[in-house]
Amino acid sequence: MTSRREFLVLACGAASIAAATRANSQLDPNQAALRRAALEEAVRKATGGAQVRRGRVKLVLPPLIDNGNSVPLSVAVESPMTASDHVKAIHVFTEKNPLPDVVSAHLGPRAGRATLSTRVRLADTQTVLAIAQMSDGSFWSDSAEVVVTLSACLEEGLI
Amino acid sequence: MARAVVTLPARAKRGEIIEIKTLAGHPMETGFRRTQLGELIPRDIIRSFACAYNGEEIFRAELHSAIAANPLLAFTTVATESGTITFRWSGDNGYTVTETASIRVE
Repeated sequence: MTSRREFLVLACGAASIAAATRANSQLDPNQAALRRAALEEAVRKATGGAQVRRGRVKLVLPPLIDNGNSVPLSVAVESPMTASDHVKAIHVFTEKNPLPDVVSAHLGPRAGRATLSTRVRLADTQTVLAIAQMSDGSFWSDSAEVVVTLSACLEEGLI
Repeated sequence: MARAVVTLPARAKRGEIIEIKTLAGHPMETGFRRTQLGELIPRDIIRSFACAYNGEEIFRAELHSAIAANPLLAFTTVATESGTITFRWSGDNGYTVTETASIRVE
């Protein structure tokens, strides 16, 4: 038999967990699954099915975003950027935007440093993924979790 | 009116890594928005960007709907020799803008 006090604690806990999961994502679960599949397909297209390892890439995004219409994003990859060892491409993908692709940048040893900054649109609270393709054919990645309060492209599939 | 702004140092030391910032004036209409009557607004975005240093391509990017309006792209290059750097944006509905900047390398 639970006492009144215990019951209140449990009820409050359950309510706050429910609220937290709702705040996590505004996207309906079917749409979310479709978009995750689209993301996997886009990654496969960029990497050709090669193994993607974590590390060497640093993706910087603000963790809390007020306005998803313009979010500063920057990617930096650890690389000596010499003719024999450099970054060939940097791809950025999102998990829950209507289209997974964000930007694909192609660079070479003449870049000096493997960095890229831009501004992106984010439709929902989600994970952003950056993949770098090295000249030796290996792929490295980093991801960042962001919370979006006001989303871009509200009209499509949300709410 | 198509406009673009490019920022880079006017002079640099040989071998120095310089940062190039580019900004193109473009609404980047995603193709996912609707009018009040529910009609889909057709997509109108910049699809690609390329940068060439004295005619040799040093940076290229493919942009998608998820790039914010007035796309900003910042990247780096090694200042190898004096000359011109050309920038080219192209996109939907025949959008093309070319911009050039000169750099003096000492």
